[in-house]
Parts: sequence; structure tokens; C-alpha cells
Amino acid sequence: MARVRSKDRLKNEINASSMADIAFLLLIFFLVTTTIAEDKGILVKLPPWSDQDPDPQKFKTRNVYSVLVNAQNQLLVRGQEMKVSELREKTKEFIANPLKREDLAENPRRAIISLKNDRGTNYRTYLEVYNELQAAYNELWNEEAQKRYNVPYDQVSNSGKRAIRNDFPLVISEAEPTSYGEEN
Amino acid sequence: MAKFDRKRGKDAPAISTASLPDIIFMLLFFFMVVTVLRDAELKVRVLTPYATELTKLEKKSLVNYLYIGRPVEKYRELYGTKPRLQLGDKFATVAEIPLFLEKHKVTVPESQQPGITSSLRVDGDVTMGIVQDIKTQLRKSGQLKVNYSARVRPPQ
Repeated sequence: MARVRSKDRLKNEINASSMADIAFLLLIFFLVTTTIAEDKGILVKLPPWSDQDPDPQKFKTRNVYSVLVNAQNQLLVRGQEMKVSELREKTKEFIANPLKREDLAENPRRAIISLKNDRGTNYRTYLEVYNELQAAYNELWNEEAQKRYNVPYDQVSNSGKRAIRNDFPLVISEAEPTSYGEEN
Repeated sequence: MAKFDRKRGKDAPAISTASLPDIIFMLLFFFMVVTVLRDAELKVRVLTPYATELTKLEKKSLVNYLYIGRPVEKYRELYGTKPRLQLGDKFATVAEIPLFLEKHKVTVPESQQPGITSSLRVDGDVTMGIVQDIKTQLRKSGQLKVNYSARVRPPQ
């Protein structure tokens, strides 16, 4: 009796028909738990920490584009009030300085954007301003890429990109915020 | 003609389902790869602002997340409404950031460590004070690659 049974077992293959069910079960689990969540955002590189204050005398006034955002979410650019919607164009004009004006940047390499905010500034406004500044540079890079290589910036080779970025370096310097309008 | 007739007369063979498990496994593997198990329950309300100049964060394993926002209703009684920082699944103070970064760092192979990015998922209604403190702390900890998380602005 026993011998017969073991012979039978050897002949049998493992029944794989339930494999599909198991796979289905796992599949449904992962289907339910999946969030194809993309994280997108504005990528920035913070300056390394140093205890010394940067020397503001190092740069000529004409090369510095000071942008202030106060606790009332108002924008002050080079001592004048401005709307966020105008910022992009004005920034581009400052960096590229197509008319070679005396009060704008000597050349794009020397241009520096100084961004300062209050502690009470709304994060949304801050990011909006940052976005516009970033957009100004992105547009300049794109125009330069069109001029040099006749393709948009993201299709330029890596060395080409480096060359463009070298001529239009993105420098956004952020000063310590004034502790005005801090909420409790 | 006769040939056709003969063929029709036969029973159609049953469709083989032997490859079904393989197909399902393929789907399964796809979802396993794209799945990120949600590791943290959000204790703060985070509704990131809109922006246009966005970069996609590629390698998820190289990203650590810092959530900043006001506590959700459930925790308001205990923690108030002042904006707070959440690291992992609990509230934290700015001073706990270096340890948090270090804990994430050891999970990343050394060759990829320079690519570690901190994603700041900040609510739009928070003021810059706490964000600034966190940025300063990140700079002091040498974590300089930062991503301000934002959503794509819908077309107007």
C-alpha cells in the first residue's frame, strides 16, 4: 500500500493552477497601495554655511539686483515697488542688459541677484518670486541655446549646457531675513 | 469544400491559460517596482504652492522628505496651530534634523551620497520664519541640495 502511494506521488507534478490566484492577490495588493506620486519642485543649491558675513562691498552696485519681499508679501526691487508678474522680464533685462545701460549688469557673468525676505513673508509668495527668478534664467539659457545651437536648451549637449551656464551663471544670494512679522 | 465542412465539425480547442500566470506576474512586477509604500502619515497639512520651473526628482532612494505645515485638526489640541516640522512620522524640532539626515545617509551607498536631496514639502500658507530656520540647519549640516516641492501650475 505504502509503496504504491509513494509511486503515485512521484508521478504527480505540483499543481500550478493556483499560481495565477496567488499572483492576482499580490497584484491587487500592489495596485491598491501604489501611488505613482511624482515629486517635482524647484531644485536649489544652498550656499555652504560660514560664520562670517559676506562682504557686501565686493560687488559693484550696478551688478547687484536686490529683491526684497516683505511681511506684507510686497515686492521691492532696487528700491522700487514691483509686481511679481513684471519680475521675470525686468530680471532678464538686468542680466542680459541688451541696451548696455549704465545701471544694469556689466555682463551676465557678473550679475548677482540678492534675495531677501522677512520672517513673516508667506512661503507661497517667496516661492513665486523664486520661481520667477529661476524662470528668467531658464528663458535666457533657452534664448542663448537657440542662438548658438538652434535648439532649445534641454536638447543641448552637456558641454554646451555647461558653456551656456558658464556665461550666464545663476547666482541667487539669499541674505539672512529680517525678523519682522514673525507669527506666533 | 469538403475540407471546410470537416473542419467546422470539430470542436474548437480550449484556449490555453498556461501563460496567464506569467502575464499576471509581469503586471505584478511592474506594480512592485513602481510602488512606494507610504511610510509617513502626514500630521501637518501640506499643500504645496504652484510653480512653473519644475525639476523632477529622479532617484527616490536619494531623497529625504521634510514636511512643514500647520498640524492637522486631530493634533491641533495638543500641538496648536503654529507651523511645525515633521520628520518621518513624527513632529520634530529643527535640532533633530542632523540626526534625521544621518539616519537617511547610512541607507545610501557611499558613492551616491553626494546626490542626496532634501525635499522640502512646505505648505503655501506657512511663513518663512520656520523655513529659514530649517534652511540654516540644513546648511550647517552640509545638506545643500534642496528641492522646494511644488505643483505644476494649471493652465489659466
